[in-house]
Amino acid sequence: MVIKKKQKSLPHKKYKPKLAVFKFASCDGCQLSLLDCEDELLAVTGEIEIAHFLEASRRVLDGPYDLSLVEGSITTPHDAKRIRDVRKISRTLVTIGACATAGGIQALRNFKDVKEFVSLVYARPQYISTLATSTPIVEHVPVDFELRGCPINKSQLVETISAFLQGRKPQTPTSSVCMECKRRGTVCVMVAQQMACMGPVTQDGCGAICPAYNRGCYGCFGPKETTNTESLAKWFLEMGMKKEEVMRTFRGFNGYAPEFRQESERQEMG
Amino acid sequence: MIAINDRESFTILLKVLQEKGYTVIGPTVQGQAIVYDKIDSIQDLPVGCGDEHRPGGYSLRKRGDGALFGYVVGPASFKKFLFPPSQKLWQAKRTKDGFDVQKEKKERFKMAFLGVRPCEIQGIMVQVQVFLKGNYVDSHYQKRRKDNLIIAVNCSEPGGTCFCTSMHTGPSAKAGFDLCLTEIIEEKRHYFVAETGSPGGEVILKEVPHCEASASELKHRDQIMDKAENLMGRTMDTSGIKELLYRNRDHPQWEKIAQRCLSCANCTMVCPTCFCSHVTEGTDLTAQDVQRVRSWDSCFTSDFSYIHGRHVRHSTSARYRQWMTHKLASWIDQFGMSGCVGCGRCITWCPVGIDITEEVRNIRLGSVPNPNDSAKGVHDEND
Ligand code: SF4
Ligand code: SF4
Ligand code: SF4
Ligand code: SF4
Repeated sequence: MVIKKKQKSLPHKKYKPKLAVFKFASCDGCQLSLLDCEDELLAVTGEIEIAHFLEASRRVLDGPYDLSLVEGSITTPHDAKRIRDVRKISRTLVTIGACATAGGIQALRNFKDVKEFVSLVYARPQYISTLATSTPIVEHVPVDFELRGCPINKSQLVETISAFLQGRKPQTPTSSVCMECKRRGTVCVMVAQQMACMGPVTQDGCGAICPAYNRGCYGCFGPKETTNTESLAKWFLEMGMKKEEVMRTFRGFNGYAPEFRQESERQEMG
Repeated sequence: MIAINDRESFTILLKVLQEKGYTVIGPTVQGQAIVYDKIDSIQDLPVGCGDEHRPGGYSLRKRGDGALFGYVVGPASFKKFLFPPSQKLWQAKRTKDGFDVQKEKKERFKMAFLGVRPCEIQGIMVQVQVFLKGNYVDSHYQKRRKDNLIIAVNCSEPGGTCFCTSMHTGPSAKAGFDLCLTEIIEEKRHYFVAETGSPGGEVILKEVPHCEASASELKHRDQIMDKAENLMGRTMDTSGIKELLYRNRDHPQWEKIAQRCLSCANCTMVCPTCFCSHVTEGTDLTAQDVQRVRSWDSCFTSDFSYIHGRHVRHSTSARYRQWMTHKLASWIDQFGMSGCVGCGRCITWCPVGIDITEEVRNIRLGSVPNPNDSAKGVHDEND
C-alpha cells in the first residue's frame, strides 16, 4: 500500500536500481537474512529491481548492477577470478557477513596446513582445487561497505539498502556489544557469572543477543573500533581460563580479522 | 519520626501507592542480580537477598534473614526510567509537498521509585540539574519526572565498591525524597523508621499503619547509620580534585589505564549521572516514514567525538581521561556539583575491574605540583 501511494505522487516511472546478490564460500545464511525480510522485501522489490539473486529466483538480468551484495570468502582460484568480474559489473559493492568481511569460520584453515585437511577429508584429493587460505573479499577487490555479522542482522541489512537508496551513510554502530547489552538491561554475564564474553571487543549489530540468553558473546560481528584484545585476554586468564581456551575464544567466526587473529596467535605462541 | 511496624504494613504501603495510580518500581531479583523493575507485591522484593561487589565482580548471596532491602544497589540505576536507553523523539510521514510530524499519543508517567539509595537520589538530582535546569528543559525527561515519587531506603550495609561517604551523598539520605525509610532487623522485630520529606510523602504515610518512633528505636537507627558511614568498601580523596585533574592532562597514568581499559563504555552506561546520547534519524526503505531516536551514548566510543571528518579522541587514554575529568572536575564547572555520587557501579561493572578511586590515587601520586600550594598553604579549589 505504501508503494501505491508513492507511485501516485511520482507521475513518471522512475529508474529502479538493480540489485545483485553473489555467493562465494559461505553457508547461505546471510542471503537467507535477505529472504527473511518478508514485509520489507515487498518494499525492496518496489524500490529495487532484483536482477540477480539465485537463491530467490532463476531470472537473471544482465549487469552492470547498482548494488551488489557479496556473501562468502575467497577459497578457490576460480573464485579469486570471479570476484574481480563481479567488481567490474558492480557500481557499489557491499560485503555481507563474517565470511565476506573476515574470511569466516573456514578461515581456520589459514592457521593450519590445508593439504593435510584435504587428504584427510576427501577420497580423491587430486580433484580438489583449493587455495591455502580463506580470505575476505577486501583482500581481492575494493569494497564500498562491509556489513558484519554471522549471520548479518536483518534490520542492519534493511538499513544499509535504505541508506543506499537515499544516498546516505548507513547507520551501523562500530561500538561495543556491551553498550547494547546495557541498553537492553541485560545483567553482565561476565561480571555476575564469570562467563567469558567477547562483547567488550566486539562490534554491536546483533542487539547483544547472546548475553540476553545467558551466555557470553561469540564475537560474530568482529572487532569493534579500538579493540583492546590483550587486556580482555589477560582478564580471561585471570578468570581461570587456559591459554588454549582463550586462543579458541578469539579464533571463531571472525578469527581471521586482524585484531582477533593477533590475539589468538599471541595466546598460541606465548 | 515514625516507625512502620512489620512487613504487613509494608504490604499496605504498596497498596496505597497502587491505589493512588503509581506504578511502583523497585528492587527484584533477575538474571542473578538485583534489577529495578515493576513491583506488584512484597514477594517481588529481594527478600533475604544480599549482594557482593568487587572490581569487575558481582554476586548474590543469601543473608539468612528476611531483609527486604539487604542488598547494596542494582547494576542499572533508576536512570533508565527517567532517561530511557532508547527513545523515539518524533516520527514523520512524507506528504506531497513536505512532511507531517505525527501526533504522539499522550503518555502519563506516574512512577513511585521504591528503595532508592541516597547515592541514587543524588544521581537523580544531578540529572535534574542537567536536563531540567538552565536555559533548555528536556521535555522528555520532564514528562517522566513530573509525578515521580521517591521512597528512599538508607544504606545500613554499604558494599565493597561504595564510597558515598567520600562524595557526601550517603549513606543516609538528607533530602530529595518523599519518604525515607531505614530498615531495622532485630532478633524478634523487623521494622522501618520512616521520615517524610514532602507533602506527597506525608499523604502516603497517613494511610499506612504506623506509630511514633520511640527514643530507643531512633537511637538504634542512628547507631546503625553512624556505623554504616565507616563501612565503605572504597574511599576517594576529593580535596582539590578539579584542579588536580586539570593540572594532570599529561599524567603517564592515563596511558597505563589505557592498557587495561577496553573502551567498552560499560562504566558510562551504568553510571546514574552520565547523560550522553546520540540522535539518529532513520528512514524506511520507501523513505515515506522517518523516525528520530535518541539512545544512550558514551565518550568511550570513537563516533562520539566525530567532528568535521575526523575523530577528536582516538586513543583510549584520551577517552578515559575525558570520562574521569568530566565526572570529577569539569562537571563542577558545568553544573556546580560533582558528576560522581560514589555508587561504585563503574567499578563493579567494568569487565576488567578498573577502579575510579584507585585511579584518582594514582593521579595524585605522580601529580604535577599545585603552583598555589607553596604560596597559599591549603588551596580552596572553588575560589
Ligand atoms: S555480558 Fe558481555 S556484552 Fe554484555 S556487558 Fe557483559 S561483557 Fe559486555
Ligand atoms: S562515576 Fe562511578 S561511582 Fe561515580 S556515580 Fe558514576 S558509576 Fe557511580
Ligand atoms: S563522562 Fe562521558 S558519557 Fe558521561 S556525561 Fe561525561 S562525556 Fe557523557
Ligand atoms: S573503564 Fe572499564 S567499563 Fe569503562 S570503558 Fe574502560 S574497560 Fe570499559
